Order: sequence, then structure tokens, then C-alpha cells
Amino acid sequence: MAKYLLLKHYRGAPAAVNDVPMDQWTPEEISAHIQYMNDFAARLEQTGEFVDGQALAPEGTFVRYDGEGNPPVTDGPFAETKDLIAGWMVIDVDTYERAVELAGELSAAPGAGGKPIHEWLELRPFLTEPPTITE
Amino acid sequence: MTAQLDEALLRSLTPSVLGILGRRGVDFAAAEDAVQDALVEAVRVWPTDMPRDPKGWLVTVAWRRFLDATRADAARRRREVLVDDEPAPGPAPTVDDTLQLYFLCAHPSLTPSSAVALTLRAVGGLTTRQIAHAYLVPEATMAQRISRAKRTVSGVRFDQPGDVATVLRVLYLVFNEGYSGEVDLAAEAIRLTRQLAATIDHPEVAGLLALMLLHHARRATRTAPDGSLVPLAEQDRRRWDTASIAEGVQILQAALARDRLGEFQAQAAIAALHADAPTAEETDWVQIVEWYDELARLTDNPVVRLNRAVAVGEADGPRAGLAALAALDDSLPRHTAVAAYLHERDGDLATAARLYVEAARKAPNLAERDHLTRQAARLNTSRRR
Repeated sequence: MAKYLLLKHYRGAPAAVNDVPMDQWTPEEISAHIQYMNDFAARLEQTGEFVDGQALAPEGTFVRYDGEGNPPVTDGPFAETKDLIAGWMVIDVDTYERAVELAGELSAAPGAGGKPIHEWLELRPFLTEPPTITE
Repeated sequence: MTAQLDEALLRSLTPSVLGILGRRGVDFAAAEDAVQDALVEAVRVWPTDMPRDPKGWLVTVAWRRFLDATRADAARRRREVLVDDEPAPGPAPTVDDTLQLYFLCAHPSLTPSSAVALTLRAVGGLTTRQIAHAYLVPEATMAQRISRAKRTVSGVRFDQPGDVATVLRVLYLVFNEGYSGEVDLAAEAIRLTRQLAATIDHPEVAGLLALMLLHHARRATRTAPDGSLVPLAEQDRRRWDTASIAEGVQILQAALARDRLGEFQAQAAIAALHADAPTAEETDWVQIVEWYDELARLTDNPVVRLNRAVAVGEADGPRAGLAALAALDDSLPRHTAVAAYLHERDGDLATAARLYVEAARKAPNLAERDHLTRQAARLNTSRRR
């Protein structure tokens, strides 16, 4: 019973094996990819392991406090930002091994030529509530 | 007429209602669905129209729901025989029905999270929504987890004897790793363990109940108002729940007297020694070390040896604790935190501060991480002065 975040990167992850930008795929390949992602999420719901999945727009804004009475300062987007998150899926699984297995399956989503992308996904455990019994 | 729903009553009736349907020949999965429907209906109706015979009401509603579901079912022809028959009242369900339900819901073929979810629903009478909230997953996901669990145990015969140890592991998980939600899972774990203890005479069931009560007694003092952790040594012992401690100690003593020591009794004995100390300084660490030695003989859980090193550090001094720690795998969770604490007690504040930072980075939960970061900050601040 542990939650993990599967992070998909626009930038910042090592290059995938089948590393072709999506706009170079055929429309059918894009449809197949999206179908795979939807099926994956639906299957995880069936197994009782799905928590959440969201995609993010690539362009964001940096915001910070600018002192009492001033509106927040905004800046960016910064073209040089190394790490750019594309989206995530949150799973609730019994073991770390199961989380790795599922991340591996998600990374097999088809891309150009209908072949698996072998995309690198980042697997991050959630911090939990502290256990009651510690001694 | 009462506006308040007696949820405790409702939930305590769940296993026996399920048992009655089982005795009428309804399979577990269908019976469990029907009882869940009846519970949801009771939550809606009871606050304004409390039945005089709550259990009879639940049985009637659950039976009707089962018939409705059966009529809608594809296998209707085969089952209509059952539908048309007036249900035989059957023998009254016994405590054994409840016990078998515990075994079924903790069946070894289930994963821990499935067993927990199924136990809370079928034995605990919680709704899927409440369980989903408690474990911070969507209701649809929890519903699927429960129906898969029911499919997994569908071949298990209701009357096969089970293993108490698997049930205890599930209840321990509910108590120890429960998240906070509208349902108090720690209290629910205690209720379910108490109910189990009433149906089976087993020293380890008593041991687990005692362990839970002794830890629950400290609950109010374990966190500060801002949510930060308060270590055992710094807790305000005057605020410990003495009634809960007294009950836990009494249950433990009766269990230990039977001379069938097990893991949970040994853990409870350690908790009882802490509860017994009026101040942290008066803790009987020598006896606690002995109990950890017992525990290490009963289980190969490496966490036991880590906790033993802490106890040795208190009983024989930090150097002895560090020596005990050196014998353990340093990849164990909380190994670094223990090392930091022992080095601080030994007066090596620079090493302690460095290790607290490292331990914070590895902490499995936020409250512990914040606590360890604060320890590092405390040492770093005082060293700068």
C-alpha cells in the first residue's frame, strides 16, 4: 500500500530508444498511442491501483511574492529550463516491484512505426503518514 | 426518532447479517454486495426512522437487495427457484460465522491492500466511499479493488479453518498504516480486534489488542498542535490515557500467563514497560532489551534489531548502542536516524548533525523528515553559537 508518481518529462529525462517527436508520427500512430494510455489507465482502475492521471501544458509561468502590497512577480517561461514535466500518473500498489512493473508497461506505449517508445519515466514514492508503532 | 445515526451499532451488526445471508445459501460475493447496499440504505433511513429491530431490518433489506440483484442477473432462470422460496430462517449465525469472515477477508491469496479493504468493508461495515477516503484513492478504484478481492476468494469455502496470523497481520496494518480520514482507522482496528478477541481465545489476538490499546493511549501526545512529531521521551505522560493503558496491561498479563509467547505479546510487553515509566528517565531499558531479545527470537524482522540497538544505547550507553548498530545492514529504514541519535548522545555533534540531514533525506514520511531536519537544525544552530 504505497503511492507512487510516474512522471513523464518533455525534457530532462534521458533520451528514449524510439525517440521520434510526435509530430513526425502518422495520425494513426498518435491515435494508437493515446488509446494505449487510456487502456492502461482503465486497466489500472480495474485492478484497483489507479489514483490519478493528468497532462500538463508545456509552457508555464514562474511566480513569486514581491513584498507587502505588491502584486506577485511573474517571469518565464524559460527556454533553458532543463526539467519539464509533461504529465503524471499516480498509482497505489502493494510493492515497489509492482510500481516498477507498471512503469515499464507504460513506457512501452507505441510511438513512431507502432514500436514501443521505451520512454524513461521517473518513479517517485510519495511520503506517507507516519506509522503508529515505531518502537 | 433520532437524528443521529448509530454507526457503531450499524457496523457491529454487519458480520452477523452477512452470516445470516450465507446460511441462506447466498455466496459470499453476492451476500456482501447486498449487505453493503443495506448499510448504505440504513445510513439514509435510520437517522429519521430508526427501526425497532435494527438487525432484522438489515437482514430484510439485504435479502431484498439480493433478490433484486438475482432477478436482474443473467442466471435468473437457475436462481428463480431460490427467489420463489420463502427463505428458511436457518440456524442462527454463531460467533464462528464472524470468525470465518475474518479468515476469508484476510485469506493468504489476497494482497495486503485487498485484504485490508475487504476486511474493512465486509467485517467492519464501512462503505466503499469511506474506505476510499481513508486510503486516499478514488472510490471507483477502491470498488474495483474490493470486487477483485471478492473474486479472488470466491472459491474459498466459508467453513474452512483459517490462520489467525494472517488476520492479525491485516488488523495490524489497519492500525499502523491507517491514513487519517473521516473514519478513525486506529479506533476501527481496535474495534475489529476486540470483536475478534471475543470470538476466539488466542494469546496473540490478545497480544495485538493489548499492543493497540497501549499505543492508542499515547495518541494525543504523539503530535504537537502544529502536527510535528513528539518523540516518546518528550511526550507529556500525564496526558496518556490511563484507562486504555490499564486495559492493555490487564489483557497482556492474562495472555502472558498462558505461556504461549508470540510476536505481538512481546511488542505489547515493550509498550507496557514504556507506559509503566512515570518519566522517560525511569524507563526500565534493561528489561526492554530483554524483550527485544525475545522478539528477535520470534521474528526475523530486521526492524526489531534496529529498535534493540536503540534500547541497548539507553541501557548500556551510546557506545554499546553504536556497536549493536554496526552489526546491522545500514540500508535498513531509519538506520541513519538511529545512528544520528546515538552519535548525539555520545557527544559527537558534528557527525550527528550530518547524519540527521542524511536521515531526513531518506525519511519515508513527511512528519519524520521534518522532525529529523529540525534535529539537524538544532545541532547546527547550537554549534554555531
